[in-house]
Amino acid sequence: MTTASKPNNRIRASWDNTIFHIINTVFLVLMILVVIFPLLYVISMSLSSVEAVSTGKVYLFPVDITLQAYRTIATTKSILVGMSNTVFYAVVGTLLNVTLTILCAYPLSRNNLPGRKFLLWIFTFTMMFGGGMIPTYLTVRSLGLINTRAALIIPSAMNVWNMVIARTFFINTIPDELIEAAEIDGAHDGQVFFRIVIPNSVTILAVISLFYAVGHWNQYFDAMIYLNKPELYNPQLVLRTIIASTQAMLEQTGSLIDAAKAADQAEVLKYAVIVFASLPIMIVYPFIQRFFIKGVMVGSLKG
Amino acid sequence: MENLQSVLREQKTAAVRKSALAKVTRRWRLYLMLLIPLVYIIIFRYVPMTGIQLAFKNYNARLGIWGSPWVGFKHFRDFFRSAQFSRLLGNTISLSLYNLIAGFFPPIILAIGINEARWNRLRKTVQMVTYAPYFLSTVVVTGITMQLLSGSGVVNTIIKNMGGTAINFLGTPGYFKSIYVWSGIWQHVGYDAILYIAALAAINPELYEAATVDGANIWKRIWHVDIPSIMPTAIVLLIMSTSRVLNVGFEKVYLLQNSLNLSSSKIISTYVYKMGLVNTEYGFSTAVGLFQSVVSLLLMVLVNNLSRKVTETSLW
Repeated sequence: MTTASKPNNRIRASWDNTIFHIINTVFLVLMILVVIFPLLYVISMSLSSVEAVSTGKVYLFPVDITLQAYRTIATTKSILVGMSNTVFYAVVGTLLNVTLTILCAYPLSRNNLPGRKFLLWIFTFTMMFGGGMIPTYLTVRSLGLINTRAALIIPSAMNVWNMVIARTFFINTIPDELIEAAEIDGAHDGQVFFRIVIPNSVTILAVISLFYAVGHWNQYFDAMIYLNKPELYNPQLVLRTIIASTQAMLEQTGSLIDAAKAADQAEVLKYAVIVFASLPIMIVYPFIQRFFIKGVMVGSLKG
Repeated sequence: MENLQSVLREQKTAAVRKSALAKVTRRWRLYLMLLIPLVYIIIFRYVPMTGIQLAFKNYNARLGIWGSPWVGFKHFRDFFRSAQFSRLLGNTISLSLYNLIAGFFPPIILAIGINEARWNRLRKTVQMVTYAPYFLSTVVVTGITMQLLSGSGVVNTIIKNMGGTAINFLGTPGYFKSIYVWSGIWQHVGYDAILYIAALAAINPELYEAATVDGANIWKRIWHVDIPSIMPTAIVLLIMSTSRVLNVGFEKVYLLQNSLNLSSSKIISTYVYKMGLVNTEYGFSTAVGLFQSVVSLLLMVLVNNLSRKVTETSLW
C-alpha cells in the first residue's frame, strides 16, 4: 500500500510543480508588463505628433514619430536653467553629503571609542522624532537660507539612515585586526582613517554617493518650500510647474493663436518633460542597480 | 591606618580617572571628525525641536520663537474642535491603512515568484524592471499617474473607444485613495521585495530537500518553508510602516491633490503645510504637526512592544 502510493505522490507533486511554474512564469511576465507599460506609454506619447495624441491614437507605440516636443524643451529657458542648477546641487551637494556621512560613520563604528553609544543615539533619535515642518522651516529661514542655493544643500547635508548604512559597512567589512595592526605600528586614528579605511571603502563610497546623487536629482520638497526664485529652481520644481499648469506652458510656447492647439501641444510637451526629467536616472540605472541592492542589504543588517 | 587606606583609594581612583581621560584625549582625532556632523545635526534637527514650543505659543515675528507669549493648549483645543479635525484624521488613517494592507502582500508574492523562477534571465529581468520605478522622483511618478488618467490619457482613451464616457479620475474624491495606493505599489513593489528575496535566498536548502522527500509539492513548500522564513522580515517592515500611519508622505499626497478631490485627499501633513507655510499660522500648524509626530512615536513603541511579546521579533 505504502510502496504503491509513494510514486503516485511523486507524480502528483511533479504535476503540481509544473502547474506552479506555468502560473509563476505568467505572473512574472505580467509584472514586467505592468511596470513597463506606463513608462513605455509616456515615452511613446512624447514622440508622437500632436494630432495623434489629441485624437487618442497612441496606445503603446509612437504614432507619426516627431521630436518636436524635445525641440521645444531644448529652447525652453526654465528647463535649461533647471538643468544647469542641478549640476551644482548634485555635485556640490553630494560631495558635502558623502564627506559628512563618512566623518560621522567612521568614529561611531569604532567599538573602543568612549561615549560612542550616546553619540550614536544623538543621531539615530532624529530618525524617530523631529521638530516638524514649521519649526524646521523657521530654523532654515532664521539662518538666512531662504532663496539661496545653499537651501537645497545645507539643511539636507547628511542623511542619518545613510550614515547608519556606512557605519554598518565599516563594522562588517574592515577587520579589527587590520586597524589594530596599524595602531601597533604607531599609526594614529587619522592615519588609520585615510590610509586604511578610505582605500578599503570604495564600494560604500560609491553606494552612498549614488544614493545622495539620485536624492539630489529627485529633490522636490525642500526646493518647493525654500525657493521661489525661478532662476534657482531645480529640475523637479520646473517639471512640476510645467505639469501643473498648462497656462504657464501656453505663455512659454508663445506666438500661438489657436488656444486648443496650444493645449494639445502642451499635453505632448508634458510627456516629453517627464521623460526628460527621468532620463539621466534611467540611463545610469542598469549600471548602478546592483550597488543599490547591496546598499539596501547592508542597511538591513543590524550593526 | 584608615587614613592611609583612603589616601591609597583616592590615588587609585585618580589614576583610573586619569587613564579614562587619556583614553578620551588619545582619540581626539575621532571626536574632531564627529564635530561637523554633530554641529549639523544640532542645528538642523535639535534646534527645530526647540521650536516645538510654538505649539503652545502665539507666534509673533517681532518677539521670535522664544519671546512669543504662551497660550497653553489652545491650539490643540482649536484643532480637535475644528470642523476639519475628523475629516483630516479619518483621511489620514484610512489612506495609510489602505496603503499598509494593500501594500503588504504584493512584495512577498513577487519575492516568492522571483525566488522560484526557473530561468535565470527571467528572474534577473523581473528584478531589474520592478526595481526601476523606485528611482523615479515623486514628481515624475505623480506626473505619469496624472497623464495616464487624464482626459486624453490611455485609460480614458480605452474607455471612450469602448463606447463609455471619459472619467475625471483625479477630480473624483472616490478614486483618490486607490490612485495613491496603487501608484505607490507600482513604484515600490520591486524595492520592497529585495529584503524578502534576501531572506528567501538565506534558507537552508536541506529544508527544501526534507520537504520534497516528505512528498510536499511546491505549494506546500512555499507555505511551510518560505512563508515562515520571511515572517521576521515581514514583521519588522510591518512595525516600521505602522509607525508611519499618521506620517503618510506629504509630498505625494500634495502632488496628487487638487481642489476637486480635496475632500478625500486632505490629510494632516498637507493641512500643516497649508496652515503653516501658506496661511503662516505658525503656532497652530506646529501644534498639529506635534500631534502627528507624538501619536506616531507612541504607535511605533506600542506596535514594537506588542510584536516583541507575540512574535519575539522587534526593532529594539
